[in-house]
Amino acid sequence: MDCVVELEKHTTVDSLHSPSSLRINRVKEHRKSFSSWQVASPRRRSASIRLVARHPDVYEPCDDSFALVDALLADKVNLLEQRPSLCLEVGCGSGYVITSLALILGDVGNAQFLATDISQTAAQVTRETLSAHGLQADVVVTDLVHGLEKRLAGSVDVLVFNPPYVPTPEHEVGAAGITATWAGGERGRVVIDRMLTMVDNLLSTRGWFYMVTLTANNPSEICQIMKKKGFASRIVIQRYTEEENLHVLKFWREDLTFDYDYNSETGGGGATPQSSFSSKMSRFAFWK
Amino acid sequence: MRLLTHNMLACNIKGVTKGFPLAIEVTKLETKESEMNPDFLRHIYPKLDWKALHDAAHTLGLNDIPEQVEPAMLEDEDFLQKFHHALLEVHLEEGALICPETNRRFPVTKGVPNMLLNEDEV
Ligand SMILES: C[S@@+](CC[C@H](N)C(=O)[O-])C[C@H]1O[C@@H](n2cnc3c(N)ncnc32)[C@H](O)[C@@H]1O
Repeated sequence: MDCVVELEKHTTVDSLHSPSSLRINRVKEHRKSFSSWQVASPRRRSASIRLVARHPDVYEPCDDSFALVDALLADKVNLLEQRPSLCLEVGCGSGYVITSLALILGDVGNAQFLATDISQTAAQVTRETLSAHGLQADVVVTDLVHGLEKRLAGSVDVLVFNPPYVPTPEHEVGAAGITATWAGGERGRVVIDRMLTMVDNLLSTRGWFYMVTLTANNPSEICQIMKKKGFASRIVIQRYTEEENLHVLKFWREDLTFDYDYNSETGGGGATPQSSFSSKMSRFAFWK
Repeated sequence: MRLLTHNMLACNIKGVTKGFPLAIEVTKLETKESEMNPDFLRHIYPKLDWKALHDAAHTLGLNDIPEQVEPAMLEDEDFLQKFHHALLEVHLEEGALICPETNRRFPVTKGVPNMLLNEDEV
């Protein structure tokens, strides 16, 4: 999770239609060059990097954050159609993702946004990022969704999670400072697996769950775990960087049938529609 | 945090059965205007614990939230405006949330409630 980023923005739906596909090289080193981003224009569809607040202990938007937002953008048509009322991000860090989601769904104006992080500093940074974009959402400091799970049961329409997914020694999970933002323990699965046990309870009948994973996390196994809980899944975006192979997975209740707008999924290596789990598994076979 | 979030929070210390609603200790409130969305209000209404919202609004000095709601009221612009204001425009910036069963205090700092438990509470 090195933050030196080479992000090709043209993988997003919006920028497909814009003449100037943005190529961001080395975000960290070249922040100054973002002067044209200084003002959050109402036409922007994701959070402006310039307006994202920072703190040494808080995870800065990286490849994985961008992949998640690009996945949400790629799925925008479906999201707008779903008309979510309650959206929740777990582990909001800088606030880049929840802010982007709020901007993406801004057009329908029907949703409220809630975010959690285990870090008090991250919660404050997220608040700053939200307010820099003129948005209101509540942020709660808690472990995953503790304290919210009873009352939010069956109410979350869009759940997003970019977890600490890097395989590390167990003791680094939940350690102090910046380490806890990425340390995921054995196979990077310690926090992910705890989250997977909560999804069924939280999601509404039409609810969707988006999560970032790494090949080392064994996404196909994650999909099987969710399948046993009654969830179908697909890959919205796969991205291969020098450092890591990222996948953004989307889960929804299998008994729920709906039509995708496949045309909206041209970018970002969006997976082809999958009618059955077995066809998906053949895709997953690539990853091993 | 706003009363929408308050309505979704419960204390889940080991042994606590309901832990809801959390009492509110107010040190500082802020009001921020936002656009009312009747569809959202109608959608969220059945998911809310109305008594908890009513009581919490009262604690925040919002006395025009009725104790009971008739379905017809959800079509009434005047009522929706008050509902919207109480649910989404008044922010608890500083204060605390208190568990009704254990009196455990969860601080609210710069608008953010801290629900983290100590190891012996999990
Ligand atoms: C990889 S970062 C992602 C940050 C941000 N969402 C993004 O995409 O840029 C993971 C975040 O999860 C938070 N986190 C880690 N463990 C958590 C837990 N048990 N409960 C809630 N948040 C947690 C970290 O503090 C960190 O902000």
